[in-house]
Amino acid sequence: MSFRWLVGKAGAALLTLIFVLVFNFFLFRVMGDPTAQLARLPRATPQEIVQLRHAYGLDKPLLGQFVDYVGDTARLDLGISQRTRRPVWSEIGDALPWTLLLIGTGTLLATIVGTWLGIVAATRRGSRTDDGLLGFSLFTYAAPEYWIGLILILILAVALPIFPAGLQVTPGKEFSSWFAHAADVAEHLVLPAIALTLVLLGQYFVIMRSSMVDVLTEDFITVKRATGLPWHRVVRRHAVPNALLPLVTLSAIQFGYVMGGLITIETIFSWPGLGLLEFDAINSKDFPVLQGAFLVFAVAVITLNLLADVLYFFLDPRVQTA
Amino acid sequence: MRRALESKRGRFSLVVLALFVFVAIFGSLLAPDDPNASSTDVLAGPSSAHLLGTTEVGSDVLSQLLVGARVSIVVGFSAAVISAVLGAAVGLVGGYFGGLTDRVLDAFENWFLVIPQLPLMVVLARLLNPSLSVLILVIGLTSWAGTGRVVRSQVLTLKERAFVERARALGASDWHIIRRHIFPNALPLIFANTVLIVAVAILAEAGLSFLGLGDPTHISWGTMLENGFDAGAPSAGAWWYIVPPGLCITVLVFAIGLLGYVFEQKVNPRLGERI
Repeated sequence: MSFRWLVGKAGAALLTLIFVLVFNFFLFRVMGDPTAQLARLPRATPQEIVQLRHAYGLDKPLLGQFVDYVGDTARLDLGISQRTRRPVWSEIGDALPWTLLLIGTGTLLATIVGTWLGIVAATRRGSRTDDGLLGFSLFTYAAPEYWIGLILILILAVALPIFPAGLQVTPGKEFSSWFAHAADVAEHLVLPAIALTLVLLGQYFVIMRSSMVDVLTEDFITVKRATGLPWHRVVRRHAVPNALLPLVTLSAIQFGYVMGGLITIETIFSWPGLGLLEFDAINSKDFPVLQGAFLVFAVAVITLNLLADVLYFFLDPRVQTA
Repeated sequence: MRRALESKRGRFSLVVLALFVFVAIFGSLLAPDDPNASSTDVLAGPSSAHLLGTTEVGSDVLSQLLVGARVSIVVGFSAAVISAVLGAAVGLVGGYFGGLTDRVLDAFENWFLVIPQLPLMVVLARLLNPSLSVLILVIGLTSWAGTGRVVRSQVLTLKERAFVERARALGASDWHIIRRHIFPNALPLIFANTVLIVAVAILAEAGLSFLGLGDPTHISWGTMLENGFDAGAPSAGAWWYIVPPGLCITVLVFAIGLLGYVFEQKVNPRLGERI
């Protein structure tokens, strides 16, 4: 068991995290935030500016400022939103559950559908079904995710008014029960979740397909077939579980990509998660929120990558002996 | 190029790409109307006067579509060139010299690979003022890590080859070996990767423009989608305003992605074995 490998991975993740903190600090403290703050006060006297700089700790040496920043961040003190005047961490905390609900639903659907389509295509390699599925997945890769979302609104909310086009719940509606509330949220979740699923589907499909193709050409599959086991059992019991491994890493690596897609998808569906928060911050030049949201995105991606490595360590014995 | 023409996929994507480049160059001459002209014909559907209808201020959608091709092509290719130069430089230097240089560059590369690209681009674009050159710079600076990684691993195998050993034994300098022996051999790989980056860059430009971080003085497909969305075109059912710009992005990215894929299969030895 090579725990050194695991420790190395954890060390690399920690190093990346430190990089993120340094980058975030320099970008916002040194380039962006302070000047933006002071430029908002054109008639401030020199003494007032000195006082302001002192209040923000900007008169300290750079290293001292950085230590302060790391300390504040560790205490989840990410500053105050310039737009809403609320602590950035509360804004993020309010948005996070909605984002998790959307990501969770989208990832789950994409994994199930993508895996299933990948198995279908791999077992019928070279057929018309296979070609069609490949073409479709390339199309969803090439299409901007917000455009897919807008098309969904045009078709399923405007032309055929089946689903609501925006928000997470019907505004101003009183719900008789918890269940009615959940049903209303679920109805609002449909379109953004489909949009996210379509964004992710292509990758899951392509990876699952090539992984299945690899596994199906391996010797142990031929041996299983030679023992007279029916084909569908060979696929289900032996090929699929082995082909699923790369998907573990994929879901984690995809996460960074999902985060990007979230900004535009949540914007067009007015879904009140981190993506919409980031969009509002872009438009109002709300730097503390931009900084905080970027940190959360980065930490999430780093953590998930590490988690995928750890999972891989336990799932794939070949890594442990490597 | 010649080898890409051998496959049906390669020919198809080159034809589509040539068409888009043609529109990018001559789009403003082809446009039936002034793309910025407003009229009282607001969000009107397709008609003989406006083949693809009008925008929320009564401009001609088709004219905007034709003119908008230029931003996508220019930003896509310029950003990809920046990304190729950076990626190639980092990959060549790190892979060839190894040691501490390589480890520092590798850590840097890892960081760019891990950090989600769109949030990073958003942060950078917001801190600078939106313009075409800022878009190109931001996209180019955030998309080179993948190329760097691929070039590095290629250089690692190249520098162990006999012809490099021979050059070194003859007393060639590092700079000479990189320039005359390593770089020319890594070039096809850099090229294939860069084609794929063009597709990524076009999507990135459209995405940033859609989020309001585009150049406000230029019409692009991304800003068209932004304006249409802001004006409530989807809920008004104005599909003629929403479908065309997105479809153009999709078809262009699809063609370039396919071209990059064809190139990659030709030059990537690892992929070559499996086909």
